[in-house]
Amino acid sequence: MRASGDARPVPPRRVLTGFGRAGGTAAVLRPVRSPDEVAPLVEEARSEGRHLLPRGLGRAYGDAAQCAGGVLVDTRPMDRVLEIDPDSGVVRVEAGCSVDTLLRAVVPRGWFVPVTPGTRHVSLGGAVAADVHGKNHHRDGSIGSHLRELELVGASGVTRLGPGRDAERFWATVGGMGLTGIVTEVCLALRRIETSRLVVTTERARDLEECMARLSDLDAQHRYSVAWVDGISGGSRLGRSVITAGDHASLDDLDASDRSDPLSYDPRVPLAVPVTPPVGLVGRTTVRALNEVWYAKAPRRRVGEIQTIAQFFHPLDSVRDWNRAYGPHGFTQYQFVVPSSGSEVVRRALELLQRARLTPSLCVLKSFGAASLAPLSFPMPGWTLAADIPVGGHAIGPVLDEIDGLVAAAGGRVYLAKDGRLRPELFAAMYPRLAEWRAVRDRDDPGRLFVSDLWRRLAVQDRERSDW
Amino acid sequence: MNDVTGMPESVVVLGGGSEIARALLVRLAGRRLRAVVLAGRDETALAAAARELESLGVPTVATTRFEASDVSDHEDLVRRALDTVASVDLLLVAAGALGSAELEALSPEAVARLVEANFTGPAAAMLAFARVMADHGHGRIVVLSSVAGVRVRRSNFVYGAAKAGLDGFSQGLGDALEGTGVRVTIVRPGFVRTRMTAGVPEAPLATGPEEVADAIVRGLERDAEVVWVPAVFRVLLALASHVPRALWRRIPS
Ligand SMILES: Cc1cc2nc3c(=O)[nH]c(=O)nc-3n(C[C@H](O)[C@H](O)[C@H](O)COP(=O)(O)OP(=O)(O)OC[C@H]3O[C@@H](n4cnc5c(N)ncnc54)[C@H](O)[C@@H]3O)c2cc1C
Repeated sequence: MRASGDARPVPPRRVLTGFGRAGGTAAVLRPVRSPDEVAPLVEEARSEGRHLLPRGLGRAYGDAAQCAGGVLVDTRPMDRVLEIDPDSGVVRVEAGCSVDTLLRAVVPRGWFVPVTPGTRHVSLGGAVAADVHGKNHHRDGSIGSHLRELELVGASGVTRLGPGRDAERFWATVGGMGLTGIVTEVCLALRRIETSRLVVTTERARDLEECMARLSDLDAQHRYSVAWVDGISGGSRLGRSVITAGDHASLDDLDASDRSDPLSYDPRVPLAVPVTPPVGLVGRTTVRALNEVWYAKAPRRRVGEIQTIAQFFHPLDSVRDWNRAYGPHGFTQYQFVVPSSGSEVVRRALELLQRARLTPSLCVLKSFGAASLAPLSFPMPGWTLAADIPVGGHAIGPVLDEIDGLVAAAGGRVYLAKDGRLRPELFAAMYPRLAEWRAVRDRDDPGRLFVSDLWRRLAVQDRERSDW
Repeated sequence: MNDVTGMPESVVVLGGGSEIARALLVRLAGRRLRAVVLAGRDETALAAAARELESLGVPTVATTRFEASDVSDHEDLVRRALDTVASVDLLLVAAGALGSAELEALSPEAVARLVEANFTGPAAAMLAFARVMADHGHGRIVVLSSVAGVRVRRSNFVYGAAKAGLDGFSQGLGDALEGTGVRVTIVRPGFVRTRMTAGVPEAPLATGPEEVADAIVRGLERDAEVVWVPAVFRVLLALASHVPRALWRRIPS
């Protein structure tokens, strides 16, 4: 994009990857401390002919928060909780504020986020950009439907958006992966809670069929549900899993000692994987052994267990930097959704991953409820499977390409916040409302100031020669 | 963009008629390859390679002139390449010539030409590409070096010495590119059965272009800095550095 021969000194860049630690491209990282520092950065990038993109906590697994050769607006320092309405539970935060920070502020006052991903270390801006889902998707949908208002610094200036205010642009921003501009402020409706605990039901399922049947039953009774699938066992044990379902506990559910401080919230500062080991620790043998122990330890059925928010929602956060354990080549998370009619694809996907010996170490299965209004939002009614897969093995590309084909044929799609390798041909097929989204973006940002590596990889027809 | 498994969408090849390059491109075409610029001297070989890629369904294939000795054209070559590809995901440096190692057959001009074809020309062009790629903030340069350059042998010493230069340059360039998002992968095959080596007595552990291409794909997937083909050369060449000269010069090929 920059005119060649431009003699401006190039500011220092950093090579940044997604959470999967694979790939990595260089960009200038520009931290912002408050929303009013954002618009001048947009102008600066425009005048220098550089592309730009917001970056939050870098928890997208692939290249969604990368902008090679451009400017990344680092929202992390912009993290204040601005206002909490004690009656309605509507909260206003700066977009760099993390779910972690927000929970620490609101849980003790009896409120919870309407949707949380499997880690609390995401920014609210990033959560909006990916229209994130949680264990309650079957009941409450994705985060977009709980938003009241956003402040957006786009290519055409600063605007306030909401479901009833410039709705097209609002829904293009929800799930828009940062490509409509930088969300600077997020206003969302919280959920009332009586305690900071959950009442949890745990069940073991012998195979995929049983798992899906039990999940469907449990979904009807509980706000939260998810199945952890043993990704290694095949044959008659394919899809064997441990299902957990839960609901926010009421005061009556707690025993006397917990009742004295029902809204306490103190997720421990976690242990860390200190350095990247030279080889991945998550090898096939380790994974198989872990899966055995974990399945054997799980109760056939247990009800009424009390868990904390951190235990129930964010178990992975208890080991900081666990993504390093995959070793120097990093890993990818593959997540897709298929409509219920395509549930066979879940089985086929597990089989194909196993046949290629890709050691899917961590698989999560969940059923989604209704889709959001956002054209690029990921969830749709049906089954979603997420699998962590180490990068560096030979078979990974072709196998995932093959599964992509099955997913697309079944009318499903791959989650952009996790993706680092989908091919452009299938992207358009998986996101049929792409043209609609594109029309809004092109009207707003005809010069395509906002670009990500993910977008360059997927929207090839969008790219002009010499426009980098 | 290269995807997270290291597979490129756009490739520029210096030495576009090279059989190793063609074998590699065929493999990449099965993944996510969309645009290729074949740069080289032999127009017939370039055209044949281009037809092959088109028949494999690669949407955009262009050919252009690359003359190692014409250093003043190398920046323009980059511009020509960027008329076809928005950005260079992968630059494959595959240009080279074997030449002679017989004192009677060599002349000062012949030595200079061989060094130019194998080292200074490719190095100059690599630099021109590396600067633009660094500005774009991403990409990979794959350089075909040779075990012949790791410890130079009597039987192909001019070629080997030039490859030693190219190999060293590539290591240094890789270090200089640290922090730019551009990575360099050095490929060190042994004897490869190609047009270039036709008529040369085959050395032990010889491979074909297909095997070299497979090894490069694995190197991309593993984000490797060095790829030996076959892999055992890594150990053999480590040992070779301890072999005394008197013995080394007697090794036949
Ligand atoms: C362990 C783990 C578990 C996860 N579990 C889930 C899950 O259960 N459900 C789920 O939906 N997702 C899940 N995710 C994915 C994660 O929620 C999303 O990738 C989210 O976008 C990360 O937020 P971030 O702040 O880290 O954003 P980044 O990774 O920094 O950026 C992600 C995208 O958001 C854009 N963006 C960031 N900030 C802004 C902003 N202020 N304005 C506009 N755009 C912005 C970026 O441009 C980029 O496209 C998980 C990720 C991890 C690592």
